[in-house]
Amino acid sequence: MPARRIPFLRERRPTGGHTSLPVLFALAAIVVFLVAGSLLSSIFAQQTVAGLAQGAIFGSLALALVLIYQATEVINFAQGEMAMATTYIAYQLTLWGLSYWLSFFLALGIAFALGVVIQLVLIRPVQRSVIAVVIVTVGLFILIDGLVTWKWGADLKFMPAPFGNQVYHLGQVAFARNDLGVLIVAIVSVILLWVLFKYTKLGLAMRAAALRPAAASLVGVRVNWMLAIGWGLAAVLGAVAGLMTEPTQFLQPTMMQAILLYAFAAAVLGGLESPAGAVIGGLLLGVFLNLIGQYVGFATSELRLPIAFAVLLVVLLAKPNGLFGRKQVRRV
Amino acid sequence: MTALLELEDVTARYGPVQALHGISLQVEEGQIVAVLGANGAGKTTTLRAVSGSVRRDGVLRFDGRPLRHRGPDAVARLGIAHVPEGRGTFAELSVTENLRLGAYVRRGSGRDDVTRVQEYFPWIEERRHQQAGTLSGGEQQMLALARAFMQRPRLLLLDEPSLGLAPLLVTEIFRIIKEMNEREGLTVLVVEQNAHIALQLAQTAYVLEVGRVALSGPSSELQEHESIRRSYLGY
Repeated sequence: MPARRIPFLRERRPTGGHTSLPVLFALAAIVVFLVAGSLLSSIFAQQTVAGLAQGAIFGSLALALVLIYQATEVINFAQGEMAMATTYIAYQLTLWGLSYWLSFFLALGIAFALGVVIQLVLIRPVQRSVIAVVIVTVGLFILIDGLVTWKWGADLKFMPAPFGNQVYHLGQVAFARNDLGVLIVAIVSVILLWVLFKYTKLGLAMRAAALRPAAASLVGVRVNWMLAIGWGLAAVLGAVAGLMTEPTQFLQPTMMQAILLYAFAAAVLGGLESPAGAVIGGLLLGVFLNLIGQYVGFATSELRLPIAFAVLLVVLLAKPNGLFGRKQVRRV
Repeated sequence: MTALLELEDVTARYGPVQALHGISLQVEEGQIVAVLGANGAGKTTTLRAVSGSVRRDGVLRFDGRPLRHRGPDAVARLGIAHVPEGRGTFAELSVTENLRLGAYVRRGSGRDDVTRVQEYFPWIEERRHQQAGTLSGGEQQMLALARAFMQRPRLLLLDEPSLGLAPLLVTEIFRIIKEMNEREGLTVLVVEQNAHIALQLAQTAYVLEVGRVALSGPSSELQEHESIRRSYLGY
């Protein structure tokens, strides 16, 4: 038997430089604009917070896409459907009488296991070929969609409201408790993930495996395992996005499809290789869409998706690698 | 006494290209062994065959244990550190993170090891947070050594540590390798183009020619023979 070899070894050269100054200035300007607007107008403030909540969901799912893209240079088209399926699992757990938050955390655990199993069983056998992996994720999209519809039906389902329906008043401004809750859950999960990658041995090994698989294996990192764990973590983030979508969109098999497209847009906007970029891209997109929905007359909900992609196109014309992406120089 | 590392009739190939045609060599514990030869002779592939980063056949034993079915990560866990061609530095990560990765196969925090490594490379202390890709070539080579050392390996595989470095730096790096060998009893298998300096460092040397061992023996003997030097070592 030949020795195991690790496929997909495409080494990347150091990518130089940090985020460009114009981008940082533009971000600072946007923050100032949002804060000033919120102080002047209560409706603006409400729309901004609601947009941030929506954007945090885009950002979580975008981050899941980036996690997998960084390691394997593949977009997981099934990420949204995996998120939707784990939300249904949480729903099933609440039907069995478990409390919302117990179901929430159990569903995250199940999502992790499913992510790992999907990588091991479906992705690993074909991972030498990027196009084969993409086709498998598209197949997975259809498979999960079919399974969920078969098991739970296509009609709307409802879960208990995780944060209640109260509204907080701060002066003239009304904040939905749900929006704040969604925002906090998404931010906490992103921070936990950042701590994992920055400060733990496992996180360091995962980064090493994604950056330089050959060198990582030489220091003893099980690169294939790191990839599987990466899929597991991406599935957990997706599950967070799905569960946080449910209170406003409710459960149906198509619930994550538009959100996946927004997440693509957010990830590309931030630069597909940049986790921070994905989160910021998601937040920007969420706020932007909510504000134009409020203030621009013709921007009805049917136009939201086209507008998002028009903006994306304009940004990419100016910065082809996204706001935080860096030019990749590849060794040949 | 059996050798720490034993290769018997090892072959290796890259796709259709056979790179090793049956290499046999032995590395005793505590020794420094050099593998010399021209470009394409199979020096790098020999190291890769040991660490499992190329398909190989034949008998490979480390401390009596067979290596043939182990991949690179499993070989690393046995206590073999491989500083590959191009040094295997994680250029995007910081100096500290590179060192932490070196200690990946070991339990515990590895803080003592950082202190120990800094005795050999004092400059590391103040460069801890620097991105490894921004270090100079010599510093990167030293970082690669330091990273390998963090692993506390029983055997260190070094691929052309002199490559691309100024003569003064090469001398310094070989001095550090020698010191690690003498102070810690570290066993080293080093591949080198620079036969002159490698023979000064190593006790034993193997000269490869198109994937076979052309000759081998104690470094002092290889150095003495005028004809060998001319035809194989090129100096």
